[in-house]
Amino acid sequence: MLEMRDVSRTVDGEVHLADISFTFEAGRFYTILGRTGAGKTSLMRALMGLMPLDRGQVLLDGTDITAVPVWERKMAMVYQQFINYPHLNVLDNVAFPLRRQGVGKAEARNRAREFIELVGLGDLVDRRPAQLSGGQQQRVALARALAKEASTLMLDEPLVNLDYKLREQLREQFPKIIERNRDSIILYATTEPREAMQLGDEIIVMHEGRIIDAGKPDEMFLRPRNIIVAELMGEPPISSFRGEVRDGAVHLAGGLWIEGAGRTLPEPGEYLIGIRPEDVHVGGTLAARVSMSEISGSETITHLILPFGDLLMLSQGVSIHEPDDRMNIGFAAADLYFFDLDGNLVSAPDREARD
Amino acid sequence: MRTFYLAIKYLALLLWSSFIVFPFLWALSTSFKDANAITSGATYIPWLQFKPSSQGWASLFSDGSTGINIVDPYINSAIVTISASVISIALGTLAAYGLSRFEFRAGFVKNSDITFFFISQRIMPPIVLAIPFFLMLKTLGLLDTVYGLILVYVALLLPIAVWVMIDFFGNIPRELDELAMIDGCRPIGAFFRVILPNSVPGLVVAGMFCLIFGWNDFFFAFTLTFTKVQLLPVAIVSLNSSVTPWWSLSAFALISVAPLVLIAFLVENFLSKGSLAGAIR
Repeated sequence: MLEMRDVSRTVDGEVHLADISFTFEAGRFYTILGRTGAGKTSLMRALMGLMPLDRGQVLLDGTDITAVPVWERKMAMVYQQFINYPHLNVLDNVAFPLRRQGVGKAEARNRAREFIELVGLGDLVDRRPAQLSGGQQQRVALARALAKEASTLMLDEPLVNLDYKLREQLREQFPKIIERNRDSIILYATTEPREAMQLGDEIIVMHEGRIIDAGKPDEMFLRPRNIIVAELMGEPPISSFRGEVRDGAVHLAGGLWIEGAGRTLPEPGEYLIGIRPEDVHVGGTLAARVSMSEISGSETITHLILPFGDLLMLSQGVSIHEPDDRMNIGFAAADLYFFDLDGNLVSAPDREARD
Repeated sequence: MRTFYLAIKYLALLLWSSFIVFPFLWALSTSFKDANAITSGATYIPWLQFKPSSQGWASLFSDGSTGINIVDPYINSAIVTISASVISIALGTLAAYGLSRFEFRAGFVKNSDITFFFISQRIMPPIVLAIPFFLMLKTLGLLDTVYGLILVYVALLLPIAVWVMIDFFGNIPRELDELAMIDGCRPIGAFFRVILPNSVPGLVVAGMFCLIFGWNDFFFAFTLTFTKVQLLPVAIVSLNSSVTPWWSLSAFALISVAPLVLIAFLVENFLSKGSLAGAIR
């Protein structure tokens, strides 16, 4: 069990971590989701002992390890850049941490070979990192981190610098690759909600150096604690706009309103209202103007301008709309999220699991 | 048009190469001349324009009062240059690593100031340093000794080593040091096990600079020695008297520059094999 207690770190006035308290349980895969600069890497560096703390403690199984230097912590890390030892071949790269643990050369190489096979580089043991592709280099880094069989394995956006196809491929192989380390605490930082939800037993959402929400992926998606979590937990992100609940309907700017039938609306009043792009559909009573269309694989994201704000609409298939095209769209009150004006969730759609 | 540009390119390369090689060819040609050939105008091609003589080369390897003592200056230069270069590289590499990785602060003095202090050694004209060095060596009883010269050369070469290596370490990602520490190395272990083996290109460049500067220095070799210790540049210049033996002087100059040329070829070969380039990416 790894615990952070009130951990804070500020550098030159910039908050890297603010009052982080969290307990990581062994055998669980945590994905840390947040935008660039949210504090994901800082959190990992703080746990690793690579960053001095202004305040707070890091405890491993109840023992304070805040002052324990990085080389004495049983942790492993994979960086987003492809960092390997350039002067060593693949075999010795992976054997390096084992040698530092005092394992004999032959034994370390034998064990290294197992992990190299696991990441699918069995034929390349004699190559230097510079002779490998980006994806292969990252596999070497992963094999080395796994070979250490550390109690905590940290993966800092390990796939972010790979091209789409490689990223998808490696992401699919991840559960199998890390199987041997499943007793460890695994932390995986990412900016992609799909990756976070696909891989993690638990998602930790970070924003401006703070953990703003944590929980199981489905729960986090269905009941985000606030509008920032809601935005981060969807790709494309949730659209939000102001509206008022009154007379059993949701009233929007421009004299528009949505009938509240089919759900229990919150108390009358002003709210920040959210609608996920996949819940917006063509056809309805709301007149919208297209500002842009994006084709993303087999889906289309349409950016719409309405009197009450901007909306994103996600539709299956390729449907190109030119800028300034007019169309009618709609969404149901049952799919709306209601946040108070500070952004905290008041009411979410009544769903058991994601559609 | 492409052929034209190619021709221009090769012509420019030929002209520049001629400019660089000419002094060597002149020295080589002169080293095979005798007094008559020297005074009979500008001639360059042996057998055709003048009768070659081995007098210049023979004088370097002959014993007795007629011969020139080349061995002692050669050994002295080698000892002083190699020792000073090795010490400078060793100290300079450690200093550069420290300055590139750790933050030092003493009042208003920061890493960048310390780096500048190192490099500022090379900004001052040598004459400014000559008198203090002379007085210091005199006080220490090291004037006209190999040890004194090594000390002075270390002071002169250290800024070069620090300068080159700081730049080199700056290009090695810090994550590599961190990775080594995550994998169980202490900071000093990370340096020796990971950073240093990946710094060979920087070390070679810094070493080249140190050897060239040390080997070619005339000023301090001249001002800080008298009779007991003579380095190559001083020995060559000392041949220049009322009747300069240009043939011996040329042979001497060629043989003194030979080690540097050899090293340059070795390093060039090393570079062309890609052993240095792309060590870190």
